[in-house]
Amino acid sequence: MAAADHAVSAPDVAAAEPRRSTGPGLVFWCALGWIVALVAAAAFADLLPLPSPSDMDLLERRAAPSAEHWLGTDNLGRDVAARLVFGARTSLTVGLCAPLIGLVLGGAAGLLAGYFRGRVDTFVSGAVDVLLAFPPLVLALAVTAFLGQSLLNMTLILGFLGIPVFTRVARSATLALAQREFVTAARALGATHARILLHELLPNVALPLGAFLLVAVAVTIVVETILSFLGLGVPPPQASWGSMIGEGRESLDSAAWLAFTPAAVMFVTVLAFNLVGDTVRAITDPRRALRS
Amino acid sequence: MDSPLLALDAVGVQLATARGPLRAVDGVSLALEPGRTLGIVGESGSGKTMLARAILRLLPANATLTGSVRLGDEELTTLGREALRRLRGRSIAVVFQDPMTSLNPVLTIGTQIVETLQAHLELDAAAARVRAIELLAAVGLPAPEQRLRQYPHQLSGGMRQRVAIAIAVSCEPRLLIADEPTTALDVTVQAQILDLLAREQQRRHMAMVLITHDLGIVAGRTDDVAVMYAGRVVERARTRTLFKAMRMPYTQALLAAIPRVDAAPHTALSAIPGRPPDMTRLPPGCAFAPRCARAGDRCERERPPLGGGSAHAFACWHPIVAPVAQPA
Amino acid sequence: MTAATSSGDPQALLGVEDLVVEYTVHRLTVHAVSGVSFEIARGETLGLVGESGCGKSSLARAVLRLAEPRAGRVRFDGHDLTAMRGEDLRRMRRHLQMVFQDPIASLNPRRRIADIVAEPLVIAGIADRAERERRVAGAMLAVGLDPETAGTRRPHEFSGGQCQRVCIARALVLEPKLLVCDEPVSSLDVSIRAQILNLLEQMKARYGLTMLFVAHDLAVVKAVSDRIAVMYLGKLCEVAGAEDLFRAPLHPYTATLLAAIPVPDPDAPRAPSVGFGEPPSPVSPPSGCRFRTRCARADARCAHEVPVMRELRRGHRVACHHPLEPVTASGPLGARLL
Repeated sequence: MAAADHAVSAPDVAAAEPRRSTGPGLVFWCALGWIVALVAAAAFADLLPLPSPSDMDLLERRAAPSAEHWLGTDNLGRDVAARLVFGARTSLTVGLCAPLIGLVLGGAAGLLAGYFRGRVDTFVSGAVDVLLAFPPLVLALAVTAFLGQSLLNMTLILGFLGIPVFTRVARSATLALAQREFVTAARALGATHARILLHELLPNVALPLGAFLLVAVAVTIVVETILSFLGLGVPPPQASWGSMIGEGRESLDSAAWLAFTPAAVMFVTVLAFNLVGDTVRAITDPRRALRS
Repeated sequence: MDSPLLALDAVGVQLATARGPLRAVDGVSLALEPGRTLGIVGESGSGKTMLARAILRLLPANATLTGSVRLGDEELTTLGREALRRLRGRSIAVVFQDPMTSLNPVLTIGTQIVETLQAHLELDAAAARVRAIELLAAVGLPAPEQRLRQYPHQLSGGMRQRVAIAIAVSCEPRLLIADEPTTALDVTVQAQILDLLAREQQRRHMAMVLITHDLGIVAGRTDDVAVMYAGRVVERARTRTLFKAMRMPYTQALLAAIPRVDAAPHTALSAIPGRPPDMTRLPPGCAFAPRCARAGDRCERERPPLGGGSAHAFACWHPIVAPVAQPA
Repeated sequence: MTAATSSGDPQALLGVEDLVVEYTVHRLTVHAVSGVSFEIARGETLGLVGESGCGKSSLARAVLRLAEPRAGRVRFDGHDLTAMRGEDLRRMRRHLQMVFQDPIASLNPRRRIADIVAEPLVIAGIADRAERERRVAGAMLAVGLDPETAGTRRPHEFSGGQCQRVCIARALVLEPKLLVCDEPVSSLDVSIRAQILNLLEQMKARYGLTMLFVAHDLAVVKAVSDRIAVMYLGKLCEVAGAEDLFRAPLHPYTATLLAAIPVPDPDAPRAPSVGFGEPPSPVSPPSGCRFRTRCARADARCAHEVPVMRELRRGHRVACHHPLEPVTASGPLGARLL
């Protein structure tokens, strides 16, 4: 019938949401710039015109900034700038890789728990509760005591400790989505469970997980710093912001910048990740994914 | 004839959206006498709910209200916040579509009614409780004392709506605005709720504004009716007059699109082609022209004013001339 | 039409026997469907009408095995659907499709329309991309959407009516035999409803569909159905031809429903609603006849004995101990019902 036929060809533009309601501002770009610069510096640290971070120049201990040592030297005469950059390597490696472990493993567990529910959910939720009950510091101590301190071990521990949180985020997002009719529609079409999980649920759950990832990176960097500060992190002479702060503690009265410089760098980096994470979440959330 | 209890004059609501200004309500003028029911009919996006909110001044932050809204002698658009607060609930009451969201889910029914009574009628707690039980019984809620202790989620949709009505009429308002009060309810419960509203209206000599998309409800329950489209009133008349001699092609098309109980099965419905317009990009002429079978050149260029007299007003360049028998 | 037997009418595409659907909420059992039997002949549309909580949506989903029935049988095209499992069931699904109530929620917000409509083809294993595109375009054109402009967009850019068209296209792209519609127009505007109902009728003719149309609006159901089944609190009250049901209902509940429909005619007589109260909870339905707590004609027998579905007139079955007189067409309701 003619009436139905010329009903609709072009989509209803009226229903489209405006694109730039909460667009990224100057602050976002600055934060992103800092992160990019830091990552680049850490990646190409060897190419930078900096002295080696483990070179001890005992005659130049606690030196002020100079042409040779841009940010001065620490207690053992090592170049602070170089140690900062190499420390960034440590922090960023752990900070990026550990949450990824949590994201992949925790996200998968959460997806399965939220979709299948029943016994799978009981098992996963129980496991999450057990993991969360572990005092993280004690676990870190135990692992490092048994397996030794190294970048790899640190990454694995923090990754493992991050799994429960990602599981929870993925699980709650999946629970909400799995009841929606487009999932029922997919089942009605004869889609296998795998197909529904990968094609229908994952693209929708990926958004909140991804936004959460950036925040998790920030938290992980802080945690890594604390552990290094306590001496549980990467072993010397490897540079790490946390150990720098720890070493700087001894000379707070004479050379305060030895502690504060790495702390400031860490602060700015964590802030940058948080800002970027928040903005990404704000941009992606209301417009597309989970409309009620 | 009484002077109107509620008089709207060129009321407009403009929303500031990211895509430009949106005139949700444009130049609406209506009058309602005490004790009578005005039906406002429209589909989603017609502006009927925004109009109700404009009367109560419960508009969103990005909205600008123009025009005049008079309740009796008082001009509501310029009323101060304190006076407005006293007015709402006491002189004007509202019943919304979804009682689950209009009732506070974490407070008991009793607390909510008693609060309202105490705030507006200055009764003490004991007197308010007695009155609350009376009200719940009056709206047909079985076992009213027990209901006082229950929470909204423990009641069915129909019962919640009765509670909402009880709260609304508790302070004997002069005007009751019911915004799609039965849309979320089953048809048998709908009939009961509408009967209840009519009863309460008669008992208290209230005026009522009944907002709905259902022409069936309008036909049986209202004295006057205004049809809204794209923020404007496009036809306004006594209910009988409207149904017997409608002038606006939109009203006729809307009526024709409803499946009829007395039609044979598989009768093709005369659907209205197209979609309601994008409110941020209204055409210069008549907003219904793109979908109207009677549209001409003038309709696309010039917007028809609401004319035709106060008894039966309509906004159309090519109105339906003869009284049309209802399509079978 | 005979009462449903276990062997079933060979002309029937779908046969439902004593279907029971229950689910547990907070340790309480909800008896959504308690022993429902009916058949749908090839090419027929059966309307299933009832108020909220009557179990019609649960029934529709159980027919498609989207909800697991506790007991009973569903026969489709000679196969026992309830006994099928795994891969067999999945392959069977392409012949039974469903259109849901909320068109926007039925579409994955992150995928493009063309991909959504192509999904059934991918699942069915049609590997040839050109073939898929051809069929997607065909289905979209059939429902009144332009594949070029609409295909690349996402659901949130469309209105409710358009989304429902996409859902219908998706349901029809594999050319199923049975289409189940669960309140397909309830969430749409009045003017759009008529468009979608007309579209469904057209699609039925074009694809030779058999339909189960579930809704709470009697007038909507009448517009598209050949026969109508009335459901109350998990059981069927009455099944009859559409015209027949409206002209001379036999079950008091059907009469109540009909009397409650608001008619857009100010002169139509309106029977005042008798305080029939609310439907009881499906957690603890009344004994015997479930409608007895709201029925003016109920007596002691109704409390003890569950009424059985009997054919009182040709093609007109009712489950009631005190059915209305067929001659009641002249009563207060009859004057309005044609």
